[in-house]
Amino acid sequence: MSMVTDAQVKNAIPTDQDLIDFVVREARLIDQQRFDEWLDLYADDAFYWMPLEWNQTDPRLTCSLMYEDKLLLSIRVERLKGARTFSQKPKSRCHHVLQTPQVDSRDPAANNYVTWTPMHYIETRMDEQTLFAAWATHHLSVENGRLKIKLKRVDLINCDAAFGNIQLFM
Amino acid sequence: MTRYAGNVAAIRDLVRDQEVHRDVYVSEEVFQLEMEHMFPNSWVYVGHDSQVPNPGDYFGTTIGTQPILLVRHTDGTVKVLHNRCPHKGTRITSETCGNAGKFFRCPYHAWSFRTDGSLLAIPLKKGYENTGFEQSHAASGMAPVRHVRNYRGFVFAKINDGGLDFEEFFGDSLSSFDNMIDRSPVGQLKVAGGVLRYMHNCNWKMLVENQTDTCHPMVAHESSAGTVVEVWKKAPPGTKKPMAVEIIAPFMSPYEFFENMGIRIWDNGHGHTGVHHSIHSDYSAVPGYFEKMKAAYGEERAKAILGENRHNTVYFPNIMIKGPIQLLRHFKPIAANKTLVESWTFQLVDAPDMLLERTLMYNRLINAPTSIVGHDDLEMYERAQEGLHSNGNEWVNLQRLYSPDEAGQTNVAVNGTSEWPMRHQFRAWTKFMTMGM
Repeated sequence: MSMVTDAQVKNAIPTDQDLIDFVVREARLIDQQRFDEWLDLYADDAFYWMPLEWNQTDPRLTCSLMYEDKLLLSIRVERLKGARTFSQKPKSRCHHVLQTPQVDSRDPAANNYVTWTPMHYIETRMDEQTLFAAWATHHLSVENGRLKIKLKRVDLINCDAAFGNIQLFM
Repeated sequence: MTRYAGNVAAIRDLVRDQEVHRDVYVSEEVFQLEMEHMFPNSWVYVGHDSQVPNPGDYFGTTIGTQPILLVRHTDGTVKVLHNRCPHKGTRITSETCGNAGKFFRCPYHAWSFRTDGSLLAIPLKKGYENTGFEQSHAASGMAPVRHVRNYRGFVFAKINDGGLDFEEFFGDSLSSFDNMIDRSPVGQLKVAGGVLRYMHNCNWKMLVENQTDTCHPMVAHESSAGTVVEVWKKAPPGTKKPMAVEIIAPFMSPYEFFENMGIRIWDNGHGHTGVHHSIHSDYSAVPGYFEKMKAAYGEERAKAILGENRHNTVYFPNIMIKGPIQLLRHFKPIAANKTLVESWTFQLVDAPDMLLERTLMYNRLINAPTSIVGHDDLEMYERAQEGLHSNGNEWVNLQRLYSPDEAGQTNVAVNGTSEWPMRHQFRAWTKFMTMGM
């Protein structure tokens, strides 16, 4: 039985609590490695963006750590299941600690809601455990009675540092 | 205990015709000797002059593990200085890049230096009267690296006085830089888009060797490129192929593709894959670009420039460039088992933005710590770095398509899956390690 249900938004206009619950649930799906369910939270035209530069505004002509559409995200999820995905033998695990998401803006007319969530993210593999500190910004909208991610932006506090492999999703 | 210092024969014995000893990857002593001899005897990439466009602009980097500074002097020329105060050794600049104004000022005791490194002033000068200060090493200021060459914007430096001059060191290999630069309608490149930095727990040479290793993509990258191919197969027929698929899918090309694409060998460890075609050959045309090239160079020359499909060009010791997509990776040694990769991208001046967009997409999909293709490679390097500690076998095999008469040959194109380029890199390694020892 699924411990986390994909709750319908009861009204066309989500409450602040609906938005907060959604963001918390998204992190939990990653931590539990329920990546197919996680991917389903993203709208078909969604992007997952992890800037390379502090306060980056342009994902096109400035490089990013990640700027992935749903096709690329689904490729990542498929790859994690692969028999010859050697960098995931053994698999990585991760853990999110979120502050309570703050609702930065709500625009029911435009069907656009933005939350801001400071978080710590820990990724481990074998004997290595790496801590990342970040702010997640979610741009959400309601599609067919469900909240969907249009854009998730993850700003690492040390976005320009030299990292080893970061293999999962923050 | 030292085993290799001052022992030319022992260093030579590490490299055989068809195999190399594991100590070239795992020995800290060999690493220190590389820093003392091999890097200072070589022409090492410093940076691109578009990183320091104005007088006083500086950029901090390394030659081997030595901190150095690329700076635009007040007379407009580019200088390379050892990034160290001659007084107590303090690193002069606090940030990687910036503008010093008219002079550098040491943050510790306020000694100041002109942008060519010469001493401008010291506080409390009276205290140095009658001490012979004028004759001291410190009085000459921040030591410049004497041998500097700006090749069409790309700045190289050699720390030692001995060794080869610039032309002798690079020879015909500069044609890969020429081709990358000529892809701009005005023959000019500019650093753009930011630098990706990626930390590797392995020896720097593993990364250099991998640039001409064409037998690994379809194996190591099955997880990433193979998944792209599989997921893309499910797209509805007639769907326009996304740029990302164009970039990643060719990594899964069969052995035959890589055999036929060829590798060119030049002197001193340089060489390039992609003599006839490459994984970059079949990218979609960028609207308006060829017209600009034709207007600038004429149709025939424009076609010749864009028809070069060099895949990876290795410049010994520690950079590679990708001409067709204007990308340069710098493999910076930190320790025998630690390497920082900086992946730089360039804008073709006066060309459509979409070219830079593709370059940046390539960089983030292939070379980033958050890239799935990069994950495949790093996993292999780190497994090799650990596996080499096995005493079951002390030698690394580089035998594929070996020919006993290859050592003296240069500027030849060979089978694209040959390990000749790696053998050639190690011949250069021995040469510059032992030069002047």
